[in-house]
Amino acid sequence: MTIHLRVWRQSGPNAKGNFEQYTLDTVNPHMSFLEMLDVLNERLTKEGQVPVEFDHDCREGICGSCGVVINGTAHGPQQRTASCQLHMRHYKDGDAITIEPWRAKAFPIVRDLVVDRTAFDRIQEAGGYVSVKTGSAPDAHAVPIGKEVADEAFDYAACIGCGACVAACPNASASLFTAAKISQLALLPQGQPERKRRVVAMVDQMKVEGFGDCSNHGECEAVCPKGISIAGIAKMRREYFKAILTGK
Amino acid sequence: MSKFDARIPAGPISEKWTRFKQNMKLVNPANKRKHTIIVVGTGLAGAAAAASLAELGYNVKAFCIQDSARRAHSIAAQGGINAAKNYAGDGDSIYRLFYDTVKGGDYRAREANVYRLAETSVDIIDQCVAQGVPFAREYGGLLDNRSFGGAQLSRTFYARGQTGQQLLLGAYGALNKTINAGQVQMYARHEILDVVVIDGKARGIICRNLVTGEYERHSGSAVLLCTGGYGNVFYLSTNAKNSNVTAAWKAYKKGALFGNPCFTQIHPTCIPVSGDYQSKLTLMSESLRNDGRVWVPKKKEDCQKHPNQISEEDRDYFLERRYPSFGNLVPRDVASRNAKYVCDEGRGVGETGLAVYLDFADSIKRLGKHTIEERYGNLFEMYERITGENPYEVPMRIYPAVHYTMGGLWVDYSLMTTVPGLFALGEANFSDHGANRLGASALMQGLADGYFVAPYTVTDYIASNPLETINESHPAFDEAEKESSERIQKLLNIKGKKTVLEYHRELGKIMWDQVGMSRNKVGLEQAIKDIQALREDFWKNVYVPGEANTMNKSLEFANRVADFLELGELMARDALYREESCGGHFREEYQTEDGEALRNDEDYAYVSMWEYKGDHVEPDLHKESLVFENVKLTQRSYK
Repeated sequence: MTIHLRVWRQSGPNAKGNFEQYTLDTVNPHMSFLEMLDVLNERLTKEGQVPVEFDHDCREGICGSCGVVINGTAHGPQQRTASCQLHMRHYKDGDAITIEPWRAKAFPIVRDLVVDRTAFDRIQEAGGYVSVKTGSAPDAHAVPIGKEVADEAFDYAACIGCGACVAACPNASASLFTAAKISQLALLPQGQPERKRRVVAMVDQMKVEGFGDCSNHGECEAVCPKGISIAGIAKMRREYFKAILTGK
Repeated sequence: MSKFDARIPAGPISEKWTRFKQNMKLVNPANKRKHTIIVVGTGLAGAAAAASLAELGYNVKAFCIQDSARRAHSIAAQGGINAAKNYAGDGDSIYRLFYDTVKGGDYRAREANVYRLAETSVDIIDQCVAQGVPFAREYGGLLDNRSFGGAQLSRTFYARGQTGQQLLLGAYGALNKTINAGQVQMYARHEILDVVVIDGKARGIICRNLVTGEYERHSGSAVLLCTGGYGNVFYLSTNAKNSNVTAAWKAYKKGALFGNPCFTQIHPTCIPVSGDYQSKLTLMSESLRNDGRVWVPKKKEDCQKHPNQISEEDRDYFLERRYPSFGNLVPRDVASRNAKYVCDEGRGVGETGLAVYLDFADSIKRLGKHTIEERYGNLFEMYERITGENPYEVPMRIYPAVHYTMGGLWVDYSLMTTVPGLFALGEANFSDHGANRLGASALMQGLADGYFVAPYTVTDYIASNPLETINESHPAFDEAEKESSERIQKLLNIKGKKTVLEYHRELGKIMWDQVGMSRNKVGLEQAIKDIQALREDFWKNVYVPGEANTMNKSLEFANRVADFLELGELMARDALYREESCGGHFREEYQTEDGEALRNDEDYAYVSMWEYKGDHVEPDLHKESLVFENVKLTQRSYK
């Protein structure tokens, strides 16, 4: 089938960007979205042009590398699906597709569709862990954890850190991302000793990085490829206030 | 006998590791701060090693090619991690896990390393639970286990179908803790281009900043390569697109021997190829074989029928038929080979005829859809997203695909290569899985090496070896950087007609056809010639777009494919020299009457160790004889 693309091209962080139009007429419905971009890049290379840069790695929806805004929606039209797992069978012959990078102050553009997400790493570095030294752990069965609690913690732990939540949020807030780790560890007994210190450090870092505040639009949950619930954001706020009011 | 010593501690196998730890030399805490350790790769092995070494007090510099340490390919591991906890009370023990791993590897692994792996497996689970890794639990709150191929016990711990993700995020958390404490400096989007060797010891690396294209020099007291496997030499594999051999290959060229390069794991349960645009293959976890039954039609004429219209008596559950005691849970090499056989007979299904069914109808009937959904929900969703078919209603179609490489840099008991100070951990080394890796053992090995082995052995190395003070202006750094930058420039200057992708696909086809699931002398000799010709053509006719001083993924890929074009030849050569069948290495000339792998223990119970001798010279073959004192060599039988 034939697909008409409008792709954001930007040669560097400080360069001016613009949309370029390309038409591909050999798109197969079984292709993944990124394989369609491979076809585009192969053609550009053959024509002596510079290919479109985009981040990708596992192409199985788990590494969180890929992510583009497709016709205005982060990761495109299929719910709970990262860009790499979207397949062209969801489009029809003659469709036009606009592809843009994540847009947020805290995610500066590196080149074309590639953005700098190191702000996410710095939020995790601020406290997204349990401080346990290698080799000092008690037996894994020392603390039983009810299945329901473990399952709920898992639901939050499933975050892949792709950044779609930020891209979709009108405030470019990283609340869903930050709340996911805070909620996972606040639910588990292992997370208790650092519970207050963690939430304050991570929320403060989120502000330092230039992410906006959450005003309950819910766009983040709608685009999240792992279906992380915004109930986590409510939990994060309660945790934060408790920590502030009772002293960390 | 090899001139290279594996330095295995003396004594009974169950005491070797304890003795090593008791006898190792120590570095006092004040002195640890004076040593920088370079860790390349932040998957399970790398992140665990970087965090643990930093906790001990070393300065650590960690490098990864992805934009974040959390994205290393360990993240994609699905099924689980083995540990000899015996929580299931089914008679498991360290010895049994050791035995199963040696047998599963078709007796081509080093006993002492495998025993240590089984010993440390129990600590890994404790460590990960303490980090907040949300393993699957039973209602009573205790950890749940499941069984995996090649074992008759339930010893696999899991976190839905995302075990690798959860373990890696645990290790990433540990790494973040040490970054926050200022003990680790993290360099993301950095690719290693060379290992710098000074006075015979690994003292640093040259890397390229993948955002700016700048070359950087980093010096240290030891270099740990935790850079994963080289399955992407086949072009299509389950590996992530950026997984590559470059770091290990540069180490090989700097004097580290390469062990068992031909030992490749072809995983039986992957989603089949759908077209020539295919960029990678997706694994469906082996855990699915706990509840899925593998079959093809008995009659060729049924192959294009809808599977639900083929009656029970017209189905051939070929694994259950041939291997009644292990059934669908035979090891990966056996399952893959049998799928190939039935497809070669013309009984494969799907459009291409290169697929078999993996059917959950019986399990859904027995356990209910809800239970199956709980166990494999995310895998079923992934399958549906990729194929557009609902596996709750129609059996999955699967076919083998390249998944893991048991071969890698040769290391001694301390995980050190033949270059002093240069270590290899996780999939990057050859050590624990012999000729075939059992499911749920890769995560175990990565974390064992990173958390529990390297911190001791690296300390022992530093304490035992006087290291001259050097810095990054040493001439060896000048030379390595010059070589690296010249090569990058050369790739850009060729300006030929063919793309990197075209070369990579061609290499992949040679490898899959001649060095894949089954191999023979004629094919391997041809493959060596074909790869040499392709490599020569590559350096004359490749076109690499863009520039060196910006982000340029085409250039990154070109540099990696250039190394694959050399590695592929070494793999074919290794497969040619090993005139026996074992594990994933199946030589058509050496098989039993019923088509099982026929080992030759008398002549081939060794690790092949290849030594680089120059670009246009055949490498030297050395051998590490494998001595089995604790396991009796038998023909592997899963019947």
